[in-house]
Amino acid sequence: MAQDTVDAQLDEATEPSGRARRSGTLKAPETLRWLWTQLTSMRTSLVLLFALALGAVPGSLLPQRPVSPVRVREFLTSHPQLGGFYDALGLFDVYASAWFAAIYLLLFVSLVGCIIPRIGVYLGGLRAEPPRTPRNLSRMPEHLALATDTPDGLLERAEQVLRKRHFRVRRLDDSISAERGYLRELGNLVFHVSLVVLLCGVAWGTLFGYKGTVAVVEGQSFSNTLTQFDDFRSGGAFRADQLVPFTVKLNSFVAKFETGPVQRGAARVFRAETTTTLNGATTEQALEVNNPLVLGDSTVHLVGHGYAVDVTVKDPSGRVAFAGPVILLPQDGNFLSVGVVKAPFARPERLAFEALFLPTAVDTDNGGTSAFPDALNPLLLLNAWHGPPKEATGLPENVYSLDTTGLTQFSQDGKPLRSTLAPGEIFDLPDGSSIQFHDWKRWVSLQVSSTPGLWLVFGAVLMAVAGLCLSLFIRPRRVWVRVDGARVELAGLDRTEGRGGLDEELALVADGLGLAPTTPAGAGSTASVQSGEVPTSGVPADGAAHDEGKS
Amino acid sequence: MAAYWSNLAMVTSVVVYLLALAAFAAEWASARRLEPVAAPAALLVGSDGQAIGAADDGMPAGVEADHGRANHRVDLFGRMGLGLITVGWLMHLTGVVCRGIAANRLPWANMYEFVTASLLFIVTTYLVLAFRGVRWLGLPVTLLVVIGQGLAVTVLYVAVAPLVPALHSVWFIIHIVGAAIAGAAFNVGGLASILYLLKSRAVRRERVRGYLAKLPSPERIDELAYRFHAFAFPLWTFAVAAGAVWAEYAWGRFWGWDPKETWALVTWVVYASYLHARATAGWRGKRAAVVALIGLACFWFNFVGINLLVSGLHSYAGI
Repeated sequence: MAQDTVDAQLDEATEPSGRARRSGTLKAPETLRWLWTQLTSMRTSLVLLFALALGAVPGSLLPQRPVSPVRVREFLTSHPQLGGFYDALGLFDVYASAWFAAIYLLLFVSLVGCIIPRIGVYLGGLRAEPPRTPRNLSRMPEHLALATDTPDGLLERAEQVLRKRHFRVRRLDDSISAERGYLRELGNLVFHVSLVVLLCGVAWGTLFGYKGTVAVVEGQSFSNTLTQFDDFRSGGAFRADQLVPFTVKLNSFVAKFETGPVQRGAARVFRAETTTTLNGATTEQALEVNNPLVLGDSTVHLVGHGYAVDVTVKDPSGRVAFAGPVILLPQDGNFLSVGVVKAPFARPERLAFEALFLPTAVDTDNGGTSAFPDALNPLLLLNAWHGPPKEATGLPENVYSLDTTGLTQFSQDGKPLRSTLAPGEIFDLPDGSSIQFHDWKRWVSLQVSSTPGLWLVFGAVLMAVAGLCLSLFIRPRRVWVRVDGARVELAGLDRTEGRGGLDEELALVADGLGLAPTTPAGAGSTASVQSGEVPTSGVPADGAAHDEGKS
Repeated sequence: MAAYWSNLAMVTSVVVYLLALAAFAAEWASARRLEPVAAPAALLVGSDGQAIGAADDGMPAGVEADHGRANHRVDLFGRMGLGLITVGWLMHLTGVVCRGIAANRLPWANMYEFVTASLLFIVTTYLVLAFRGVRWLGLPVTLLVVIGQGLAVTVLYVAVAPLVPALHSVWFIIHIVGAAIAGAAFNVGGLASILYLLKSRAVRRERVRGYLAKLPSPERIDELAYRFHAFAFPLWTFAVAAGAVWAEYAWGRFWGWDPKETWALVTWVVYASYLHARATAGWRGKRAAVVALIGLACFWFNFVGINLLVSGLHSYAGI
């Protein structure tokens, strides 16, 4: 096929149009049409659906860069060869990889190609009448042959009965053709169109949206400008002037943990008391996990918390070289936290401290650990370093880790000097400098984000669910009534599977016409020979299972 | 106190379900004594379960009487099973309700509670079906419930505890109840699909015997399976969407490829494939049923595998 395609394209390119082509080749438009037919076939969409399901799996089992870059690095270090292979395939960022995008874009192209013609057909048939009554009604899945004494006006009555049962009715000379369930196809189309709208909504939000995180210590404020974020990601069409100018001041953060025997240490309450300022208006608001702040088109979420230590570092002259809260990063569920206190402007030598904070310290003789996430016995453990002042290079430096090049650790009797401080205590260093641990504070991680088009996404999902319900629960059905002298024929056809009760429908129509069956009920019905099995049940076996799917 | 009664009722329900399982197993086993019926006649099973046309095969009168007695025994065991599972359901219901009272919230905040609540939905569905003529799902349903409920009280059990702040939301009710009911329907539908595969294979090989002969035609089992899947699919869509709304409130993004979210999507896509497969020539019937079972496997992996093996945002204290 590929060669044919190339040939056909060459033919197109080199030969003037109108000349006879070699037989057995396809012209480019035909090839395209062939490809298009293949792509929009149900079989292809099935394959693409499977591919989508399969393709999504590795991202849930391997660490992903956007979520856990550290674990990706660990994986690459421990499995260099396999990791490199995975990396080349994009398996560490599956959902942004080209092949994953190819799958879902092809799926959506296939979907669009499938539904656009169907929309045309649906719109064309919107006011169409049911098809003509077939000649031989006894071939239909359900068929009743009845007798009447009053054939006159029977079709009029049948028309009324069927209209009352929400059928669209077409009157013919000797018969009536009726159909209902047109909403099924509408639901089907609405569902598929909604998926396309959903994708557009997601794309809109991704292009114009942004998301940034920032750690804020109790008592501090955050202003919504680019420079204040610790981490910031935005879509291609985002402009910095989109950022709504607001400030959030964290007055206090309350964290409570389970103290009882069950799930000891589990979080129970997280509540941040904030003062927000937007357009000059100041409000006091509480921020909780499921209760974000809404400021303009941005929302502020509480996504994490931890401990900070409020310290003052003085150099040997007694001058304050550093003062303020230092954010420490929690390492485990009991908030054993680590960080670095840096005093680069201490003189004659700069100072730095490796800090280990234990909110509920136990076992401090063996290095110490934390036994509970709340600060019940807070202790700060410090190692101190000193070194000649460093030239200010302007290069960014990680505030959470200490680069010890050019630094010497303070030691005593050949062992590293180490101090354990309770709040209020001071650690005096051999060179005359000191560090005071005033108290601990909590910090919260705030996520500021804006996702335009959110209403479109959720609106599309709502429409999709509604369309799905229509397309799955509405079952088109055709019913015919034919009068031939005293003989009346009723027939029915379900146009979808999974529906029962056609025989009941016909019986009800017959009943509405005041006709009694002349043939045994259900003769010719396939349903009546199936088993319901329970003799004790008062419900007829066949009627039994009709509605359980909707219960 | 309520917690004590809840635990007692849960354990009792496992024991009673076990007895129900034994009764349903006896129902299937005793059906083995039924004479195998010829394949064409096997499709024509009367409403009392007796094979129509069996007498036309020229069976001696004595055999026919034996047949009747065996049939009676099958039915007796079946009714015993139904009675026992009803009693088990009452215990189970008590257990779940008392759990909710003890915790002073809806009882589906961890794996133990979710399993017991979802299984309660499954048994409830089965009982509604059984009293409307579909008792034949008894053995697979009871098997599933005994395994699930048994693991819940032994392995997954955690004591009553309040919620973590992440679950303090009205979506805790909407999202989880949607997932639990959809999950229950997927499970019942999946069990029906398994029976459909068994029965249609037997029909194809013209060896419909034992309890399989008492099941309805493959087409009708398939129809029942389809109804459950068709009911569950929009509900599952809704549950995933409700989860996305909740995620937007709680985490500031409606979709973040968390492992649980990913597998919910995978499950959704596989069930979407099932619905498409049923409308595709060459995929109807057996293949579609297999797709449905793959969907069920994804559902279970999402629940068991992801909760226990993979860390993500859906991991909560105490499993």
